[in-house]
Amino acid sequence: MNFLKRFRPLILSNYLISTLRLTLCQRSVFVNNSRPSQLRVRHLRIQSCLLAGEYEYQDPKSPEEIVNVVFIDKAGRRIPIKGKIGDNILYLAHRHGIELEGACEASLACSTCHVYVHQDYTDRLTEPQEKEEDLLDMAPGLKQNSRLGCQITLTKDMEGIELTLPQITRNFYVDGHTPQPH
Amino acid sequence: MMSRFSSVPFPLRRSLATTVVRNPQIAIIGSGPAGFYTAQQIFKGHETAEVDVYERLPVPFGLVRFGIAPDHPDVKNCISTFNQIAKNRRFRFFGNVNIGTDVNVEELRKAYSAVVFAYGAADDKLLGIPGEDLKGVYSARSFVAWYNGLPGLETLNPNLDTDSVVVLGQGNVAIDVARILLTPVDILRTTDITEHSLASLCKSRVKRVHVVGRRGPLQVSFTPAELREMVKLPDCRPVFSKTNFEEIRQMSQEIPRTRKRLTELMVKTALDEPAPEDSARWTNARKEFHLNFLRSPSKFLPNSDSSGVKAVQFHINRLEGDRAISTGQTEELQCGLVLRSIGYRSRPLDEQMPFDSATGVVPNKLGRVTGCADLYCSGWVKRGPIGVLATTMNDAFETGKYVVEDLLSKPSIQDQKCGRDAVIDILRQKGVAVVSFEDWEKIDATEKKHGKEKGKPREKIFIIPEMLSIAKN
Repeated sequence: MNFLKRFRPLILSNYLISTLRLTLCQRSVFVNNSRPSQLRVRHLRIQSCLLAGEYEYQDPKSPEEIVNVVFIDKAGRRIPIKGKIGDNILYLAHRHGIELEGACEASLACSTCHVYVHQDYTDRLTEPQEKEEDLLDMAPGLKQNSRLGCQITLTKDMEGIELTLPQITRNFYVDGHTPQPH
Repeated sequence: MMSRFSSVPFPLRRSLATTVVRNPQIAIIGSGPAGFYTAQQIFKGHETAEVDVYERLPVPFGLVRFGIAPDHPDVKNCISTFNQIAKNRRFRFFGNVNIGTDVNVEELRKAYSAVVFAYGAADDKLLGIPGEDLKGVYSARSFVAWYNGLPGLETLNPNLDTDSVVVLGQGNVAIDVARILLTPVDILRTTDITEHSLASLCKSRVKRVHVVGRRGPLQVSFTPAELREMVKLPDCRPVFSKTNFEEIRQMSQEIPRTRKRLTELMVKTALDEPAPEDSARWTNARKEFHLNFLRSPSKFLPNSDSSGVKAVQFHINRLEGDRAISTGQTEELQCGLVLRSIGYRSRPLDEQMPFDSATGVVPNKLGRVTGCADLYCSGWVKRGPIGVLATTMNDAFETGKYVVEDLLSKPSIQDQKCGRDAVIDILRQKGVAVVSFEDWEKIDATEKKHGKEKGKPREKIFIIPEMLSIAKN
């Protein structure tokens, strides 16, 4: 689990992820030959041989892992979902067909996965990195409770979190400003 | 088909002919983000509509390939989404086809249920001041196209044999060109920057870049991430004059959230002692990044043998609210290269298509072209050449949604149209070498292969005949 948390926020191209996967799988074969007490570690390591987004396609293995999330889509529909600890919000949304775009594939290079976090939960999220704040400043329809979905990883503390997708509005500027002639 | 029908009595023949409802065929002009995201929405919202994307160049992706700076590869990750869209069996790419000369908009309208303009803004805004045609004065867009390999721009040969460059305009494009001019060449060596521009930049004497705006720090158009990169650039010192910022620090409470962090970064860099991690770098830096405010260019001054630009003359402004008012005073900045980064303009593809030359966009409401039931527009040609990828994406989704809505309300529209075969015939008669998406993938593979040999993600090909010969092999 820690392995995933450490690696996913890094900028990983598919090429890098595949290389990583190969390396990790080779290492897990090594561990295979060691004592039975290493079994738990081996299980975690094999689980780490996943491409970005594959982890979210696995169902929760036990009730303790479940974190309930509600997405509110652009039409205002509430979509309740059973996520699990460690799920990345962007990929969880993709698994369930929620229209949350991730143009740069979670590499902190765009603002298309912009969501509004319900105010009761904003302080249960980790503080945004400077890079995320920089990108949020560019997101259309920016609000105080705005975050990038690809930077939110579920913890048990976020049970019941509600995430609203921004409306597409006409004539928006990146900072909500209406241009005046100058 | 006709020979089978000819023995059937006429009324019955007609009713047999109309039992098949043809899938709507949509033509999208332009294969940048606006084109692809519109296609994506059409596929999502309509089960049978087919999309043909026309592109002037043999290679797709528009500004994602030619506009995003080489040292920002992650922003190009959207290409994998575009590749997925292209794999849809209802998608077809027609590269190397110029709408306007090879086939015109009317011919497309006769063939397709709907035509979507998504071709962006290919022209520059001009200042219209004396000396604009001097050697050494270019649009920032040409400079970007030069290092990004847009076919035709490889002969630009911008003058880098000068220590000072003036960039006019304070948007993200201005910052991009400043950054490429000031970044240590060893960093650029591992990007997909073109070989010829890398060679020129290796010989560059440029030490100082001024990014000049007509108004003040609160009116800049560049965004925080880009500014932060400049402040952290190796071997480079930011030079922001204190006079622009002292008053702004006083009024920090009134600044809206979206500008707050950007403004704070500028103020801090201008007024405060550098942070420990920046201090040594700024002291030892050999290059400088300047932000100059309240300066409107009035004239480009030639050097003594008229071989190029030597300086830019400016009017000094003051601000009244958001507006720049000239104070009557002037100032000169010496430089051997000027990059004009004041915005782009679209142009109509031919004289018949609807286009508002005053605003430089296709007249429309929510992407539906005014007065033409089968015409739509998406992206910069729809709302003007401003905005980041997310803006264009949202905009394309809006157009796509309305294209689908209109198609669903007239399901047999394609029956009144002659279909894409008519256009294919026209192209064949003219001898146009149409490039398919599979053909592009051969060019793509060649670029990546040559890039790998040099430790770059790709080595861009910028000669069109070379692209075509790879495509057709």
